[in-house]
Amino acid sequence: MLAQVELSLLRTDIPSLVGGVALLLGISLLLVRAVAGPTTYDRILAMNAIGTKAALLIALLGFITERPDFLDIALAYAILNFVGTIAILKFIRHRRLG
Amino acid sequence: MNGTLIIDLILLALVLVAAVATVEVRNLFAATILASIYSLLMACFWTTMDAVDVAYTEAAVGAGISTILLIGTLVLTGPRETVRKAVHWPALLVCLCVGALLIYGTVDMPAFGAKDAPAHTHPLYGGFTKQDITKQPGSKGAEDYETYLAAQEAHGEAHGHGDYFHGHVPNQVTSIIVAYRGYDTMFETCVIFTAGIGMIVLLRGRRGNPLKGGLL
Repeated sequence: MLAQVELSLLRTDIPSLVGGVALLLGISLLLVRAVAGPTTYDRILAMNAIGTKAALLIALLGFITERPDFLDIALAYAILNFVGTIAILKFIRHRRLG
Repeated sequence: MNGTLIIDLILLALVLVAAVATVEVRNLFAATILASIYSLLMACFWTTMDAVDVAYTEAAVGAGISTILLIGTLVLTGPRETVRKAVHWPALLVCLCVGALLIYGTVDMPAFGAKDAPAHTHPLYGGFTKQDITKQPGSKGAEDYETYLAAQEAHGEAHGHGDYFHGHVPNQVTSIIVAYRGYDTMFETCVIFTAGIGMIVLLRGRRGNPLKGGLL
């Protein structure tokens, strides 16, 4: 089913593809850290780094599908990731958000 | 074989790993973080599927708010899973059967991005793509608007009613949300209202409550 996707719809050049696969490799290494990580902070760090990689991946997808407006979405993800990590850490430290 | 397909496949494999790890991991805190990672990866996948709005919601609700709420719960209950029950085989069987049925249902669906998919050939679709029409003379949008009006008129003559919307509001979104699925929208609003009232009642600070002053 997926193989029937029209090629003209999703033009790809090799460097972007290599970059995407490298990012996904980084995500998989971080996923190993998140599953194995002995302390909570290892896992939170892994989550934060995966969020950064997700923002980069979305920016790269914008280049792959020739839609540079995806960069805005990547920026929004980066902000969201930052705020989310701060909120989680604050909750663990102070047991409340206020 | 195109590039986004390769990226999709690796991404889905990672999503699968994150989902299985979320279920299997013993520490509930780790499970929360892994669920958040699952949401981030799914957000990437939604973006490759061109569903940017779904991706936004997934990242904001799945990776943001629900992680905070789950951690708030864990702060109160403690991060240890007490009892680990054995696999309930009939339930697993039912899950597998329903999953197989759902996959069987996708066989009839048109390929992703196919031009002749029903969603792209429905007469309403032409109206949906003209949401950003500008009515100023001379602009490209004005020409589009003229074509849109002409198509609407032709459709009305062919089908006996004045427009695509059976006489409802001419704005497509309003027409569908409020007229075509008005009951759905009304009860959705009721559900959200009830949930809001319930949250206010639960989180309101009470004397002698461990959550004194409210959770947030």
